[in-house]
Amino acid sequence: MTTTATGQTTGAEDNPLIEGLERLPVHPTVLVIFGATGDLARRKLLPALYNLAHEGALPERFGLVGTARSEMTDDEYRDMAIESVREFSRRPPDEKVLRKLFGDVRYVSGAFDDDDIYRSLGQVLGELDETAGLALNHCFYLSTAPMFFPMIVECLGRHDLADREDAEARVIIEKPFGRSLDEARELNARVLSVFDEQQVYRIDHYLGKETVQNVMALRFANNMFEPLWNRNYIDHVQITAAEDIGIGSRAGYYDSAGALRDLVQNHMLQLLSLLCMEPPVAFESDAVRDEKVKVLRAISAPHEAEVPGMAVRAQYVSGIEAGIEVPGYREEPGIPPDSRTETFAALRLEVHNWRWAGVPMYLRTGKRLARKVTEIAVTLKPVPHVAFQAPEMSTGVRPNVLVLTVQPNEGVSLSIGAKIPGTRMAIRTVNMEFLYGTAFLSESPEAYERLIIDAMRGDATLFTRNDEVEAQWRVCDPILKAWERMPGELASYPAGSQGPQEAARLLTGTTRWRAV
Amino acid sequence: MAGRVSTTDAVWSEQDTTPNAIEAALRRLVADCHGTTAHCVPARTLNLVCVVDREWSGEIANRLRGVGRYHASRTVVCAVEPRRTTIDAQATISVQGDPRPGEFAAMRELVIVHVGERHLRDLDTIVDALVVSDLRTAVWSPHGHPEAVDALTTGRAGGAPLAQVVLTDAAAEPEAEDALEREGELAERSEVVDLAWLRCTPWRERLASAYDPPARRPELHTLSKVSVRYRHDSLVSGLLLVGWLCSRLGWRPDQLTRHGELLRGRARARRGEVELRLEPVTNGMTVPGLAGVETRSDLGTLLALERGEGGLTARRREPAKRRGEDVFEHVWTVLGASRGEPGILGEGIRHALLVDRTFKPALAAARRLLG
Repeated sequence: MTTTATGQTTGAEDNPLIEGLERLPVHPTVLVIFGATGDLARRKLLPALYNLAHEGALPERFGLVGTARSEMTDDEYRDMAIESVREFSRRPPDEKVLRKLFGDVRYVSGAFDDDDIYRSLGQVLGELDETAGLALNHCFYLSTAPMFFPMIVECLGRHDLADREDAEARVIIEKPFGRSLDEARELNARVLSVFDEQQVYRIDHYLGKETVQNVMALRFANNMFEPLWNRNYIDHVQITAAEDIGIGSRAGYYDSAGALRDLVQNHMLQLLSLLCMEPPVAFESDAVRDEKVKVLRAISAPHEAEVPGMAVRAQYVSGIEAGIEVPGYREEPGIPPDSRTETFAALRLEVHNWRWAGVPMYLRTGKRLARKVTEIAVTLKPVPHVAFQAPEMSTGVRPNVLVLTVQPNEGVSLSIGAKIPGTRMAIRTVNMEFLYGTAFLSESPEAYERLIIDAMRGDATLFTRNDEVEAQWRVCDPILKAWERMPGELASYPAGSQGPQEAARLLTGTTRWRAV
Repeated sequence: MAGRVSTTDAVWSEQDTTPNAIEAALRRLVADCHGTTAHCVPARTLNLVCVVDREWSGEIANRLRGVGRYHASRTVVCAVEPRRTTIDAQATISVQGDPRPGEFAAMRELVIVHVGERHLRDLDTIVDALVVSDLRTAVWSPHGHPEAVDALTTGRAGGAPLAQVVLTDAAAEPEAEDALEREGELAERSEVVDLAWLRCTPWRERLASAYDPPARRPELHTLSKVSVRYRHDSLVSGLLLVGWLCSRLGWRPDQLTRHGELLRGRARARRGEVELRLEPVTNGMTVPGLAGVETRSDLGTLLALERGEGGLTARRREPAKRRGEDVFEHVWTVLGASRGEPGILGEGIRHALLVDRTFKPALAAARRLLG
């Protein structure tokens, strides 16, 4: 038995025609989007499908079924889908491809707890199989509010839609995967009571970003970093995910989530795992995910009493952003004036294993900070002896910093000491910069394009496994619980600033937060 | 970046110049450009050396402008004039886009060098100074000039060649035999990226997909007939597609015979013979490439792919499973936008950075088809 390029497990022979092809075949598939009229579907999923179609990357036989509460005919849904692509696609659509893509789209309306929609769905899927003349794989994309995830999954199981005899059934689940460790465990249990783990694709769209995948390329395709990649040479790590914008139209979601749940529990811990993991034996889903989980398990879950010393939260107040006065968080539309939701979170974590023991890992994220940047900064230890003794010579001798920028300017920068031109030996820090955009003159695909096609192909490498999600929550859950019980006013920071001063107390020794 | 335009152009030119002077000027231009606007940074992806007849250099410039997403970071155009004895050059650095604070824009570097035919045999000695070291270098010579390609792809005095990749378009050559022979020769020492091969990539992908479901894979070994239809100038694409099938499926092709416009022949497969047919289409296809591919099997199945709206129109027919049942036939569209000729050239430039191990065996089989 082997797993094919299409993710089919089979005892059949290999397909000799796929050798050398850049785009490997994907088994004929129907994608069913639950929440098909929502913001995510309109802004991301439908444009991603269009771009895959444009490039000829969709399966040879592809069907799309939208499901949502709104009453709509197939034709009305088609029009909505076409408009969404025209509005949000990264490239102007080719009208012929666009019309063909959605030409046979089907739409099933109803409440997600209503058995009728699953009966209708089963019927539509049967019709699509019949039209295709073969058993199509089914991918169910849950792009709904999280409270519907377990309900939909259980209904799919009850209506025999969760597994197929001669094809695959898969479920793609959007974030957030639970709001706490208990919820994540319960959700995992309910999902896994219907689907096998191999059928479940938990989305963390950060993993679909080319530059996040490049963290692995940088580490495991270059011999120069590996000898330094440990506690002997690395002083500390700072991972920053700063946004200059506020909460926009996400007030309802954001106020119930906060910065820790929104970014740290998933995206930032993913970045930390990729940065700290051991080299996987192969770039295969379980080999990669096994190593990431080991990193997460090596991070101690803090006791409540430890939380104030390792975590800081804060909320933005009004300030100046890009020369314009902007309101504070509690003055944003849809936010309660007494909200205690954090818009900034900073943590100091340690990975207790042979490679990383004693190296502080600083994570911080926030809304309405000075600028938008997501980066990993790895600061090396200082040289053991400075030969340039005179102060005017040695002031420029600084520890090397390797910065992996995820957005907006994807690249790698290494700061090194260099001699300032002149007759004296004076040192200054200069940067060796590498920008992905200058080395690969092409437009990267959207994260969702990569993730949708990977799920259809059955490649789970860039999706979060059940134990990984729980390991992430195991780190964040005690912090959230401690914060809930912590009395008093939240720390604050002016919009457009570097964040709260309180964040500095997490830093050890002479370390400073990097400028946002 | 849609809607944004070139905002920065830095230009240098000199008559009767030398490669070293051009190289020095390029370095100054890059430094000046970066110094004036720090968000403009040099791109370092691929050197593309184009050898073109001067009188057609405008057309080539237009083709290069249209490649879209994929373009070389430094393009050196050697515009050939028959009787020229000196070298004139113009270097331009342009920055696409209008970066906001915190963003960057990549520079594109274009050098046009006016050379004479007498320079072509030693063109590597001129171009050497003009390409960025340690980057992959591709050469594209759409107007012939094989001596220039040889100079760039053959190492001088046993050294490494200047160019590692040759971009060709066998469909643009008058004789398919000559074109494939030349590619075979080049492929011995360089990577060859043939636009005629890239034009059949979607067809190869679709054939691979059609036979990928595990239940359909055994059908590949029962194929009994392959028919390919192509635009009158794209026989090479058809030959390469059939050559690819032969090489991937272990068929030994015999030489095709000509029956009017039709080329017909056989390949020996393990189970028996496979009939091969290549035929030009008479209707007005607007772009070079393939018009349709059809495969039939001993099992009575048929798969036909045709150019259609929004992608390829696919048709699959299976014989009735039981007596009295209908023949099973399905028609559907395999989605995909046409890349157009500029897009094909862009793909060629992108493929100059990749290695395609299936091309050489397909080329070898295609050459056997022509005897």
